[in-house]
Amino acid sequence: MSRIYLDHAATTPVREAALEAFVSQAKRNGNASALHSAGRSVKFQVEDARDQLAATLDADPTEVLFTAGGTEADNLALKGLYWANQPNDVIVATGVEHPAVLETLEWLEAHENASLVFVDVTEEGFIDVAAFQTALEKYAGRIALATLMWANNEIGTIQPVEHVAELCQAAGVDFHVDAVQAFGSLPITFAPGMTTMALSGHKIGAPVGIGALLVRRDAKPVPVLHGGGQEREIRSGTIADALIVAFAAAAVEATQNLTAESSRLAGLRDQLIEAVQEHIPTAKLQGPTDPNYRLPTNVHFSFAGAEGDSLLFGLDMAGIESSTGSACNAGVSRPSHVILATGQDEPAARSTQRFSLGHTTTQEDIDSVIAALPGIYRAAADAGMAAEKSSIRTANSHR
Amino acid sequence: MKKLKVLAAMSGGVDSAVAAARAVDAGHDVVGVHLALSRMPGTLRTGSRGCCTIEDASDAWRACEMLGIPYYTWDFSERFQEEVVDDFIEEYAAGRTPNPCMRCNERIKFAALLERALALGFDAVVTGHYAKVIEGESGELELHRAADDAKDQSYVLGVLTAEQLKHSMFPLGDTPSKEMVRAEAAERGISVAQKPDSHDICFIPDGDTRGWLEEKIDMEDGPIYDTSGEQVGTHPGAQAFTIGQRRGLSIGKPAEDGKPRFVLEISPKDNAVVVGSREMLAVDRITGIRPSWAGAPIAEEATGAWFDCHVQVRAHAEPVPGRARVTTGDVDGTDAVVWEMELDETIQGVAPGQTAVVYQGTRVLGQATIHKSINAERLAHV
Repeated sequence: MSRIYLDHAATTPVREAALEAFVSQAKRNGNASALHSAGRSVKFQVEDARDQLAATLDADPTEVLFTAGGTEADNLALKGLYWANQPNDVIVATGVEHPAVLETLEWLEAHENASLVFVDVTEEGFIDVAAFQTALEKYAGRIALATLMWANNEIGTIQPVEHVAELCQAAGVDFHVDAVQAFGSLPITFAPGMTTMALSGHKIGAPVGIGALLVRRDAKPVPVLHGGGQEREIRSGTIADALIVAFAAAAVEATQNLTAESSRLAGLRDQLIEAVQEHIPTAKLQGPTDPNYRLPTNVHFSFAGAEGDSLLFGLDMAGIESSTGSACNAGVSRPSHVILATGQDEPAARSTQRFSLGHTTTQEDIDSVIAALPGIYRAAADAGMAAEKSSIRTANSHR
Repeated sequence: MKKLKVLAAMSGGVDSAVAAARAVDAGHDVVGVHLALSRMPGTLRTGSRGCCTIEDASDAWRACEMLGIPYYTWDFSERFQEEVVDDFIEEYAAGRTPNPCMRCNERIKFAALLERALALGFDAVVTGHYAKVIEGESGELELHRAADDAKDQSYVLGVLTAEQLKHSMFPLGDTPSKEMVRAEAAERGISVAQKPDSHDICFIPDGDTRGWLEEKIDMEDGPIYDTSGEQVGTHPGAQAFTIGQRRGLSIGKPAEDGKPRFVLEISPKDNAVVVGSREMLAVDRITGIRPSWAGAPIAEEATGAWFDCHVQVRAHAEPVPGRARVTTGDVDGTDAVVWEMELDETIQGVAPGQTAVVYQGTRVLGQATIHKSINAERLAHV
């Protein structure tokens, strides 16, 4: 049975171009920081890759700092800017941010006396821009930084980050953008008003283990990792040259036909959304109803009455690889903090299923899911009901 | 043999892994499922206490990969909290001594899990329990002790009904010894072969039941009386005691006979504990309530006649010979079906809330929850 992969938001298959770049670079020897010929040659490839990546984001190559991934980039930006802007203690954010941001903020609150201010989001996950502006005014003079994700990893909501960046610039507030889910799916740039921006390689077809933080020339986040200062004296660690060239190759490929590819995926996305709404009327579409403000790769529903575990079981047994979309603990999905932050209740936050599309997704994949999903949903709904209409009488059931 | 679609409940331990492996060998279509019973599992198991850690889930998954079967984690934390943990607290608060493992078998493994499995198209649940389900002479399913007496777990399964037994498979029941299961696991390359057995109560990871209960139940200091009604000390809360307990009693005045004293009675209503000598714990008459048959009822159910049997009151207690009968009796003001049990010898440490499992030979007839127990000779109420 060929399996259907619809979990690209978790990670996407490595692109051939990235793999080739990785393999050929990995065969070269030399530390990019070494001064001999081998080192210089490796360094040259890395700087070439930095130029390429910067170009896809309309950024200056100096602004690109390679990290081990998106999580490290978020940590460096949030902790680094918070420490750089002491004694300011307020961080403005939303409750729908990725755990790499939220848990870092919670750590800063618990250990570094940060005061977190969460701006409301709508039921579709959009930031309340007026409330954000109010927070900027209310805490003026105390704000260390503001942070906002470009697009939500669970429900696909595209935030008005450029507008928020302008507000931050006008207020003189450092602004971090988590662009991990947006990069490669949307045409994004390192726009004015953005101080830092986090990116991840494996979400766009590079291998896992590489990411980047874009950092404005004049910004100086305090380092989190020490020992060498290889990346602008802000990030230390031996330069991962093979991963870096693979990242650049993936970025070039993911962005060069972005308009056509986005519209192809948005078409498939809309077919799946419409089919679910038609065949499973009780399913609730999460995230934006306006397709223009939804990631072209994101389909996310709450399936009322169906156990998330049972749904995942049925889908996986049918060869369809999807996800509840939220963080998990020992294989158990936690109720989605995103759905809870949009003001919905725990049953909605526990019955979610995310189908995320990507560069390998085909029309046949979507057709197969549309054919299989209603039956899988019915079985899962029956399993959810089983406790109530059970034929099994246990010893103390009349108790 | 009919090929069945079976769900193997995988704890991450060696027994359930080998049970699943044997179900695969038997030609069944097997899917492994780890039950997540806590929303906030610990990272690692420490010693032999606790289970359902992230490490256990990972071990269960690796065993499934070795066996080439699909693996899933299913979240039963809410049901487990309501049906097992909350019940455990309520029972202690009422002065009784519950058995949470039996409760988990009754309500979670062979109810919540089984129900979901049946709804998703499975025929049976397979576990690593040491017990046997066999077809009796009448053609009905019967639950029997395992071949390995030392590992036999038929007691904690005594609460299963005919309906539950019909959908249960215990592939380890015939194994002569636990060591053979470990050896088999090692031979199969299952990495948990040497993992220590879990025991104690899984949701009390440090094993301190009293300390754990003190956080959940409002406890106040109260009197300790001897059987003559004289106060002999003060305790920090009656609810966390168990009948037969000796430890943790701070009694200022020594007994006249100089011998240690044990908890004879717990009265949450007046927050009192009654203590006495070991001899006074000895009982030979037990009344059990909320009985159930592990399979088909025997003929004496209808006639109410006495039948010979053995009675076991704890997982590792010796079964005691005696008789039992089905009758009706007054239970807290209402008439209900009760099982009366007469034992040929006295036993100690029998607490309300515990389960009395009734055997005939190796066969489990059924069980009832202990409501009262007395010493026929002394007629002392316990």
